[in-house]
Amino acid sequence: MGEFRMPSLGADMEAGRLVEWLVKPGDRCRRGDIVATVETQKGLFEVEIFEDGIIGEALVQAGQRVPVGTVLAMINPEGAAAAAEKAGTVPPPVTVKAEPEQLKPAEVPSERPPVRAERLACSPSARRLAAELGVNVEDVRGTGPHGAIQRIDIEQAAQKAASSAEAAAASRPLPAAAGTLQQGMRQAIAAAMSRSNREIPHYYLEMEIDMSRPLHWLEGENLKRPIRERLLPAVLLLKGVAKALRDVPELNGYWLDERLQVKQELHIGFAVALRGGGLITPAIHHVDKLGLTELMKAMGDLVERTRAGRLRSSEMTDTTITVTNLGDLGVRAVYGVIYPPQVALVAFGRIMERPWAEGGMLGVRRTVTVTLAADHRATDGHRGSQFLEALNRHLQLPEEL
Amino acid sequence: MSEQATNSTTYREAVKMAIREALIRDERVFLMGEDVGYYGGCYAVSKGLLAEFGPERIRDTPLSESAFVGAGIGAALGGMRPIVEVMTVNFSLLALDQIMNNAATIQHMSGGQFNVPLVIRMATGAGKQLAAQHAHSLEGWYAHIPGLRVLSPATLEDARGMLWSALQDPDPVIIFENNTLYNLEGALAADAGAVDIDSAMVRRPGTDITIITYSASLYKCLDAAAALAKEGIEAEVIDLRTLRPLDDATYLASIARTHRALIVDEGWRSGSISAEISARIMEQAFYELDIPVARICSAEVPMPYARHMEEAALPQVDAIVATVKRMVGHG
Repeated sequence: MGEFRMPSLGADMEAGRLVEWLVKPGDRCRRGDIVATVETQKGLFEVEIFEDGIIGEALVQAGQRVPVGTVLAMINPEGAAAAAEKAGTVPPPVTVKAEPEQLKPAEVPSERPPVRAERLACSPSARRLAAELGVNVEDVRGTGPHGAIQRIDIEQAAQKAASSAEAAAASRPLPAAAGTLQQGMRQAIAAAMSRSNREIPHYYLEMEIDMSRPLHWLEGENLKRPIRERLLPAVLLLKGVAKALRDVPELNGYWLDERLQVKQELHIGFAVALRGGGLITPAIHHVDKLGLTELMKAMGDLVERTRAGRLRSSEMTDTTITVTNLGDLGVRAVYGVIYPPQVALVAFGRIMERPWAEGGMLGVRRTVTVTLAADHRATDGHRGSQFLEALNRHLQLPEEL
Repeated sequence: MSEQATNSTTYREAVKMAIREALIRDERVFLMGEDVGYYGGCYAVSKGLLAEFGPERIRDTPLSESAFVGAGIGAALGGMRPIVEVMTVNFSLLALDQIMNNAATIQHMSGGQFNVPLVIRMATGAGKQLAAQHAHSLEGWYAHIPGLRVLSPATLEDARGMLWSALQDPDPVIIFENNTLYNLEGALAADAGAVDIDSAMVRRPGTDITIITYSASLYKCLDAAAALAKEGIEAEVIDLRTLRPLDDATYLASIARTHRALIVDEGWRSGSISAEISARIMEQAFYELDIPVARICSAEVPMPYARHMEEAALPQVDAIVATVKRMVGHG
């Protein structure tokens, strides 16, 4: 009997969240099939299986975050599994079995590196429960011995969060498991997008940008950085947008009272997809004033807090322009719908290798398709083109970003 | 359908029944030890067997544990199925050389040529004011030794059924009979027979905490669980039954449900079987734990003679109740 484990998707990965099972117990799998999606700090990954067999009972449920190496499901050999299936049996529960080997000391599934001077006293079981229920243990007050956080504290915190989230659902959509909340968010998105399409005369401009130079620089830069401070390409794109907006400020603002109000502050809304469906675009404040390292941190923090449902209200209300990046999902180009009263949305597709002609030569370059959706009431295509051109120019000088 | 037929009996009688059955069923079986014959056994377990089976099969030995345990090993190597009785675990240390350096290791040292199908029974435990000469609980030491199987029957069924299973084992088995249990009375099925000697058993199901114990402490834990139930705490009580090899799966599965574990062990705390179990829980069920594993063991002193001091040195119901309440958050 084989074991399907949480894979290591890079040397710096300690744990991953099983986002979705794409197979169910009893399904027959071939080596190379994609059986689950796993989310790490770097994004969402499709995970392949490395042996033929029949998927056994899921030992880790969707939504759980577990250390690398944790058995996610057993893989039964074809013949034996068929017999077991017929008898209605599943492999014995493995929660108690074979854990010592898979849990190397360094792989304690803490959500983030401890920052407080005193180590948080939280029972292992409570910590795991917190991960399952999406509770941040650092926000929980322990009632156990020496103030330790125990299962009961996590359960109560989760209950509290669920009831307050439900109360907030009407005004502001935050992620939660409750179906009503999902519906609330869907309705909010529906209202905003309908209004956008009804009121905003969109125009779209598209440009393919050669990313060889910025990515080459990024790779060199990352080599010099400690793992935790390494940069993702998205940071370059975001920072590039911020710089380009300084050149073409008319895209950063609101259309209110029949006129364009350009905003000095640059709060870029960053679209974050929620598991379970839905979308939130919280703002990263003052992107123009953040260095790349700070921006990377801010972005990671924002994504994490968005998914944990711990956003600050300012982040939800003062966005001046939105950036969306669907590259993770393999999309080549995105034609966005502007979030009113904003006047522009910048969208990136996947960075991928493509044939690239330059100077009479054909080569292979890593490129990204950037799309600007802008409000024709506020700006014209000419200004929009200048924005994309500026974006390209800034991206080609990554060391100055 | 009538109720299953049972007889009222004692732990002592159950052990005797087991020995009688073995003597009758297998002519290679014989009993040997100090005072097992004419005196009828120090705890009267073998009373009457000499008259029934004769001096060839119920053999009194000189007061030399090393000699008669060694003789038992020789007999086992020679094809017999000896049951050797050692009066108390304290005295067994005189035979430790034979038990560990010979019985437990000959199979290994002979390259698998010789097994030692020997069963050693011995009394263990405190509670009868037998003091530091007789009353220690050293079964944890024996559970340290590869090559031995170590059993600790706590119930009439196990006292009746473990011996025959032990005799079927091709390798040496030690059965520890807690001397406070010999007078334990209860109903035993008329057809009671051999029992498995591999697995631990849940003696009382519960949801709030797992209490792991064995031998005479089982009854203290069950009493404590009954008292706790009145306060709304449901303790699951597990009787280990076999101390080597330990049945990890049973208690780990229980902890996966209760997320709390308390081990009650009459041995001294340092280096005890409870320490081993605690380590295994940490290794294999760390992420199930909601509170550190707790242990209640004997005080680390030679067992006192005075009754009140002996009681103070041993795990007691009150301590178990108080510890569980503290662990479950009611205390």
